[in-house]
This record gives sequence, C-alpha cells and structure tokens, in this order.
Amino acid sequence: MSKDETLGEALRQQGISRRGFLKFCAATASMMALPPSMVPAIAAALEKARRPSVIWLSFQECTGCTESLTRSHSPTVEGLIFDVISLDYHHTLQAASGTAAEAARETAIEENYGKYLLIVDGSIPTANPGYSTIAGVSNVDMLKEVAKGAAAIVAVGSCAAFGGIPHAHPNPTGAVSVSDLVKDKPIINVPGCPPIPVVISGVLLHYLTFGAIPELDSLSRPKAYYGQSIHDRCYRRPFYDKGLFAEGFDDEGAKKGWCLYKLGCKGPTTYNACATTKWNAGTSFPIESGHPCLGCSEPDFWDGGGFYKALSMPTEDISRTAVYAIGAGAAAGVALGALNRAKKAKATKAHEKVTINDLEKGN
Amino acid sequence: MTETELLLWVRGPALQVATVIFLVGVAVRFIEILMLGRQKDLAEARGSALAGGLRTIVTRSVPDRGTIQRSTFNVVAGYVFHVGFFVVLLFFAPHILLFHEVLGLNWPALPTPVIDATTVVTIIALLAVLVHRVLHPVMRFLSRFQDYLAWLVTILPLVTGYLAFHRVGVAPPPTLIAIHILSVELLMVVFPFTKLMHAVTLFMARYYNGAIAGYKGVKS
Repeated sequence: MSKDETLGEALRQQGISRRGFLKFCAATASMMALPPSMVPAIAAALEKARRPSVIWLSFQECTGCTESLTRSHSPTVEGLIFDVISLDYHHTLQAASGTAAEAARETAIEENYGKYLLIVDGSIPTANPGYSTIAGVSNVDMLKEVAKGAAAIVAVGSCAAFGGIPHAHPNPTGAVSVSDLVKDKPIINVPGCPPIPVVISGVLLHYLTFGAIPELDSLSRPKAYYGQSIHDRCYRRPFYDKGLFAEGFDDEGAKKGWCLYKLGCKGPTTYNACATTKWNAGTSFPIESGHPCLGCSEPDFWDGGGFYKALSMPTEDISRTAVYAIGAGAAAGVALGALNRAKKAKATKAHEKVTINDLEKGN
Repeated sequence: MTETELLLWVRGPALQVATVIFLVGVAVRFIEILMLGRQKDLAEARGSALAGGLRTIVTRSVPDRGTIQRSTFNVVAGYVFHVGFFVVLLFFAPHILLFHEVLGLNWPALPTPVIDATTVVTIIALLAVLVHRVLHPVMRFLSRFQDYLAWLVTILPLVTGYLAFHRVGVAPPPTLIAIHILSVELLMVVFPFTKLMHAVTLFMARYYNGAIAGYKGVKS
C-alpha cells in the first residue's frame, strides 16, 4: 500500500463498497453529533484524505488499549481505517523489532515532521527515568522528542490521559499523563480503561475529515463521545428515578435489572459513550451485564473511594466517630453544666440584700 | 487538588471534622440546658405535667387559627420549607444510603422526580421567606447577621444538591457533589452555635410549656 494513496482508494482496494463507505460516514456523522448534511462532506474529505503517518508510543501500559482497538471490531470498517492510516511505529503491532523498529520511528519523524499524528498509551514515569525505557531511551525523553514534530497528540486510555492505574496512590513510579509533560501541542484525551474502539476511530476520522481536532471538554475529551454521562444515557435510569435499586449482586432487584447506584455505580459522574455505542460490536456494556460502572474514563478513578461504595457514602467510619463525639460532647456538657451551677451557687451565696441604707449611701 | 481528591477529602476527613463539631456542639448545648434544672415542685399537681408536656410536643406542630390568620405567609412558607427540607433530606435514595451506612437503618426512597420538585418548591419557599424578612420592617429590624447566616446554610445544600443532581455545567460533576457535601458540612458546623439549634431545643421548650399548662394548679 503506497503512502500517497488516498483513503478512498485504499478502502476500495480492501473491497469496501461505496454504499458501505457512505453508511460508515453517516454513522460517524451521527455519532459525532454532526448534521446529516455533513455526510457528503465527510465522505468527500475522507475520499481525498492522504494516509496520515501515525506514530504510536506505548509507555507504562497493559496493552489493553491496543487490544481493545485491534481485536474487538475486526474486521469492520473501523478496523480498516486503522489499516489505511500509515501506522509507522507501534511496538506491539509492527513486524520490525530492535534497531529496525527504532529506525522506522526516526524515519517517520523526519519524513512527516510537523504533520504526523502521535498516539500515546500508557503513563510516563518521572520518579526515575529507568523505570520504563524503550531501546535505552526513557519514556519522558522519547515522548518529548516525538511530540516536538507532531501535528497533534492523541492520548489513548486513562493512563496516557490522566495517569491511570500507574498514577494511583501511592504512585511509586511518579507516573504522569501526557498533558502533564507536553504543553505546546494540541492534545486529545481519549480516556477509558480501555477506551471504546469506535471512539478512537471516530476521533481519527474527525481529524482526517476536518484537518482539525474535535471540540473538547474541560478534560480535553471529545465532546461528541464524552459529552453525556453514563447515568444520563443508561437504560437502567428509570429505575433510579423510581427509587428501585439492587442491594446486592444476586437479590431480587439485581435479577430484575434495577439501578446499580447502591452497589457503587459511578455512572452519574462518569462521562463516556458506553451506554450508547456499547462494547463488542454493540453487544452490551458493563451495567448491562450487571456490574456497576467503575468510572474508568474519569481522572483518578482507581482512588475514587472504592468501586462498590456509592458516591454519597462517607469513605471513613463515621459511626464510631459519632459515638465518640456524642460521648465527648456529653461529658463536656456535664462539666460545663456543673461549672454553671457552681457559678450560680456562688453568686447566690455572695448575694447581699440591698437595704434602704445602701441606697441612701449612693446619693 | 484534583476533583476526585476534593470529593474524597469531603467524604472523608472533612465529614469527620464536621460530624465531631456538630455532635459535640449539640450534646454540650443540650446537656447545659438540661442542667439548668427546674425549680423543685413542692405541691402536688392537679393535672399531669408529664402528659401535658408530651402532648404539647405534638400539638404545637399544628398552628392555631389565630396564627394562621395573623401571619398566613409565615405559616405557609415556613411549613413548606421545613417539610420540604426534611422530605428531601430523608427520602432521596443517595441520602438514605448515607443514613444506612452511618445508622444502620433503612427505609424506602421517594421517586427522584418527586424529590426534584420538592427541592424546587423548598428553594422557592426559602427565597420567599428571605424576601419577606427583608421587606417587612419589623422582621428586618429584628434580624441579625445570625438569621441571615442560618438562612444561607439552610438553602445552600438545597441549591448545591439541585445543581449536583442535574449536573449543571458550572463545574465537573464530582466537584458539584463535593460542593454539595461541603455545604451540608457547613450546615453541620454552624448548627450548634446558631438558632438552627431550635431543631433540637424546640422539643424541650414545648415540653416545658406543656408541662406548665398540664399542671393545672394544686391538687386539693
């Protein structure tokens, strides 16, 4: 596959019909909350788009993000879009290894300087550069080097976007997110543990179509996918509104599919597209399979006070504090009351009756 | 501090501190008042002071006709915001979860649209009460800083709770919840040292009034 080939040509070579391609464009447009009138524009732009060079850097990660993107949807159009971007460096997926692999990265940087997309998964250790290195280069150095020539950076997964699990307390490696280190490039965060495959392909598509990064929220997440909470779009929401909750994983409420809020569901504070796009080619999402949302696309989700503790619950033992506080308060009250009584008794004792003579003296 | 750290702090250490101040404060004031004591009763009562006292605790919750006619607004707005406040506090599912965790007690929740509407009505009633306080010359004259403070810490949990429930975009959702919990902690901290303490002392006051009335003179 030549690099100068357009996306349209590449897709036709893969046997994707015009009809299939347009359907994909329409689905993408609706997912990105664009009007239907944008479909031909998307199609035209994608038709003509040159395959962008993409460098994928993996740092402190579990490869779950790559697994999510490559396995679950194959062989859909989303998967093919991946085939037709020029993924010049990705040390899990590329055939080359060692010096040849690093050479591919350096060549890609040189040839496409200022134009390539940088995708990062995994957090970057800062406590000691030796904690994670690739070909003898520390993660921090490699990120800074590759970021310099990138047109934009996509931080895939919660680790790259927010630090994720390596960043969780007590964070032994001093793990940080991409945006903690790179300040002068546009960064698109695509968090999730892992993120939904269609979300990352959608973000790439948006970049190819418009040549610009999509509209982002305050955490640099594309609003098209992270604009609504799981709770807002959850099919179990009516049960929340009716006050019907599962109290355990095998009680009557759980069997009836009631709301999982009491089991610690983080849906109300989690912004992601799980409830709409779902997982495994639209099969289901965690809540649908009976497990509360962990909030994996939010910063510090690992340290959010317990996966099975509802958001409104205290994180510490308040009952014991309450008992001690009442005890201490009662003791202090008795002491103060006794002091007051003593004061009163003293005042009564010291009280001298005023006689007519005393009043005359004052004159 | 990230928004998650803020929420954790609010649900953890801050709640501990607020609980201690609230309970120690209430216990101290309650026992101090009790220890003031009453004059020893040397005569045998004709009626029953105890029965009268207990009865009045309940009956004083119903306003008499004269009060309703004299200050209709105070009675209506006052009742609406008091009842609304407790309905929202006690029957919203996430709140019940908190009580269950702390007290071990559980009871059914009201549907959230009911809670939502009640919150709005309660906020309106509280706003009306404030406007009345400011516009009424006598009320304004009698009002001190503490009265406005008590009003503020009462309405804040309702407003912040409403914002958090609807996730109004002034802040990220975890921050909204954190602000809501903080506002409740503020209420807890202010409670024992202001007129808000009436929520506890009103029962004592009613009992004493009722007991005096129930005494009905000396048995002959």
